[in-house]
Amino acid sequence: MSQAPIDSTGMSRGTLTSYLTGFVLALILTAIPFGFVMSGAFSPAATIFAIFSAGVVQILVHLHYFLHLDTSSAARWNVLALMFTLLILTLFVGGSLWIMWTLNYRMM
Amino acid sequence: MMTTEAMTSATAVEVEYSDIIGVQTFGFWIYLMSDLIIFATLFATFIVLGHNYAGGPTGKELFDLRYTLGETMFLLFSTVAYGMVMLAVHAGKKKAVLIGLAVTFLLGLGFVLMEIYEFYGLVAAGHGPDRSAFLSSFFTLVGTHGTHVTFGLIWMATLIGQVAVKGLTSPVQSRLTRLSMFWHFLDIIWIGIFSIVYLMGVVL
Amino acid sequence: MFGKLTLEAIPYHNMITFSAVVGAVFLGLIIAALITYYGKWTYLYKEWLTSLDHKKIGVMYIVLSLVMLLRGFSDAILMRSQQAVAAGGSLGFLNASHFNQIFSAHGSIMIIFMAMPFLVGLMNIVVPQQIGARDVAFPFMNSISLWLTYAGAMLIMVSLGIGDFSQAGWSGYTPLTEMQYSPTTGVDYWIWGFQVAGIGSTMTGINFLVTILKGRAPGMKLMRMPLFVWTALCTNVLMVWAFPVLTAALAMITLDRYLGMHFFTNGFGGNMMMYANLFWTWGHPEVYIVILPAFGIYSEVVATFSKKRLFGYGSMVYATAVITILSFSVWVHHFFTMGASPNVNLFFGIATMMIAIPTGVKIFNWLFTMYRGRIQFHQSMYWTIAFIVTFAVGGASGVLMSVPPADYVLHNSLFLVAHFHNVLIPGALFGFFAGYYYWFPKALGFRLREDWGKRAFWCWLIGFYLAFAPLYVLGFMGMPRRMAHYATMAWHPYLLVAAAGTAVIALGILFQGIQLALSIKDRKALSDPTGDPWDGRTLEWLTSSPPAEYNFPKIPHVDEIDAFMEMKEEGVAYQRPDHYNDIEMPKNTPLGVIIGSLAFVCGFALVWYIWWLALVAALGILATVIARSWDDDIFKIIPAAEVQRIEDERYRQLATVEPRGFADKPLMPEPAPEV
Repeated sequence: MSQAPIDSTGMSRGTLTSYLTGFVLALILTAIPFGFVMSGAFSPAATIFAIFSAGVVQILVHLHYFLHLDTSSAARWNVLALMFTLLILTLFVGGSLWIMWTLNYRMM
Repeated sequence: MMTTEAMTSATAVEVEYSDIIGVQTFGFWIYLMSDLIIFATLFATFIVLGHNYAGGPTGKELFDLRYTLGETMFLLFSTVAYGMVMLAVHAGKKKAVLIGLAVTFLLGLGFVLMEIYEFYGLVAAGHGPDRSAFLSSFFTLVGTHGTHVTFGLIWMATLIGQVAVKGLTSPVQSRLTRLSMFWHFLDIIWIGIFSIVYLMGVVL
Repeated sequence: MFGKLTLEAIPYHNMITFSAVVGAVFLGLIIAALITYYGKWTYLYKEWLTSLDHKKIGVMYIVLSLVMLLRGFSDAILMRSQQAVAAGGSLGFLNASHFNQIFSAHGSIMIIFMAMPFLVGLMNIVVPQQIGARDVAFPFMNSISLWLTYAGAMLIMVSLGIGDFSQAGWSGYTPLTEMQYSPTTGVDYWIWGFQVAGIGSTMTGINFLVTILKGRAPGMKLMRMPLFVWTALCTNVLMVWAFPVLTAALAMITLDRYLGMHFFTNGFGGNMMMYANLFWTWGHPEVYIVILPAFGIYSEVVATFSKKRLFGYGSMVYATAVITILSFSVWVHHFFTMGASPNVNLFFGIATMMIAIPTGVKIFNWLFTMYRGRIQFHQSMYWTIAFIVTFAVGGASGVLMSVPPADYVLHNSLFLVAHFHNVLIPGALFGFFAGYYYWFPKALGFRLREDWGKRAFWCWLIGFYLAFAPLYVLGFMGMPRRMAHYATMAWHPYLLVAAAGTAVIALGILFQGIQLALSIKDRKALSDPTGDPWDGRTLEWLTSSPPAEYNFPKIPHVDEIDAFMEMKEEGVAYQRPDHYNDIEMPKNTPLGVIIGSLAFVCGFALVWYIWWLALVAALGILATVIARSWDDDIFKIIPAAEVQRIEDERYRQLATVEPRGFADKPLMPEPAPEV
């Protein structure tokens, strides 16, 4: 692909190829974790790892192929906002889980 | 340059935010970030309360993963269908847009109906959100996502009407773009839900 | 039909509450009668209620905030009076349930319905002008935010006369706020008041974030923005990323109360401590939302009245950004004693201490700005200087409590109450007052008198110290917060001093009222004909006072920090362009006030379990939003000829006064004539 098409705001937009690529990748990345769990053929640790990694990768697939996030300058503020949100999420969710776990432990 | 002078026949008009579509989509993205925080809070609560069964049923006992896979397919297909809608928007093909929106709507409606049916079954069996903290957080997290999808459907129906009546005007295109962001965002949240609530719920 | 609402909901039996309600209703009727007598209903509707003009929206926010200040302060008077008499065996004049509602209302009102509207109002008036813009990014959403805030405030106000209010404090801890322990309407009023206003605040955060990032005048790079805009940007980041946690937490309590769920209940697997965790995850960023705009105001005031550029602009920006990020990571210090592990307390304690560092950077920068400046003791400077000294004390007391072992002794004592009032009043409120005096002429066209303002200032400052210094001592003596009566007589003298302090503050508020009334009466003598009464440095002083609806006839081009001062020094500030263009502005619309009213009705209906009404109101809001999206005719054009006429009038006025070509011309306007 020589130059990704853009919309009136400068953000990249999709093509039939890119949407279908994203679709197929998403299907595969859905099948994998469901397959691991429903077959029961793997250890819990391996299954959990599969669920998380497939989930993370599929989210990235959606962000790129469907939400058109990339390194272009038009998408910069959007990517920055997302990175910041991920930082806050890590603080909030991670912090909350740590706090609540220690509270629970000390209440036993 | 933020303001531009658009030449009309008589005098130029100064418009405040000349790239209004860019401003609207960026503002909507920021709203999605705030929505992500709401979901994160519900996820955190689900993880904290997720094993508090209060003698009631566990996820492993309740969840039918083939059903969840079915819901996932409805939502994933509807997300791709919306991608087709946006291709049609950029090509200026009004009829294709309407067909694409209708397909997306039906697939999304399928997802919502499946979820309502699932919830109804649980409540009827006595496993409603008032049974335990686990069930409260399950119904709220999954239900909040379903409520968002429902509002998306209402929005979609409104835009089907607007495309039909007004055509692909600039404001209509801007709204279609924002709905597409909303729709894809909801599919991303669903990835989190089927992973953490359903799949993990069966494994752990 | 009416849910659980009956006539019994009106508090006939409580003399104090009932007379307050009667007084409020009477006052409302008088105001309505006056508006009718002067024939101003149409004017109010056309020029204010339906306006999407950010300057008018800002004024309406501040009106709400000043009214709610009076209500919140009345609660303070009642609490201080009660604690001054309810010593030893005496139970005072307020029963425990009433006292509990009062302290809950006091905190809820002061934070959400006084401080938030005040700072949002100032941001509304000033930020678009300071960035050289004509309006915010989403003017209609701005109107919705305003009216949702009013709706939340009205829910709290109505709770006084119909039903009761929450007794669980402004923080609403579970399981006390669950149905099992709080079965009345009180907690529901608190929930819906906060939830409705909170949605308005989230929208404001989105709106101003986009406005500041996308709406700046050409040439105004981020590092050329005024400090108030920087602090507004960071405040909005806090709003967007923190308020959703409150939305979710309140929703979960709502589900517990309305649908019998078990998030935070005492059984069925609920985790009561999770609520405290979530509330403060929002609650800590919230207090930084309240203080950062005040810091921005101080930066503007100090620079202008020291006649010097702000010292250390870059470090001020970085300090603000660091404070913003850190404020997301300290929330456990609100519940060190809840029982998390020492490591958790350690991490959050250290993070809390770290916030003092960038704050210190800012204080030094303000001091260095003043050093070798030519300071003018405008009333805004009084508030600023008092802030620098007093806030340092309040901040220090916070650092004391950031040490978890110390906090174990001081948590929920009056030491804590003294600390947070010490940072909120001389920190935030003094800042808002400084901004109010600084930008009043810009918003309304005339200055506020200095004499009564300074008298009011001294009353506030002395009153503050009298009211809160004893509380530090009482905290060390072991007195807990929120006590309706107490047995320890040793506490009594201190509480008497505190009550006296409240009386002195009341005098200060009275003087501010007199100041406002007399200034309105003398507004011709106090008028600001140039738009630049203080020889200002930033772009809002380029517009007229009050500005035209479009702010700038031509958007300025910016080359440096303190863009307006630079224009004056170059001699180009008042140059007229060779022609004007048509200007497109948003049209007025009643839909914002309609949505706010429906939100109030929906909230009220949910409080009283009037399900059909709640549904109708909610559907009404949805229908209004959909109707708005169908409307393509939402802009109007101000013709170039009209712009010409307005600007001609402006320059006629400018010609009657000495032009400000240089920064060192004498400029302090004469004080208002002493009568």
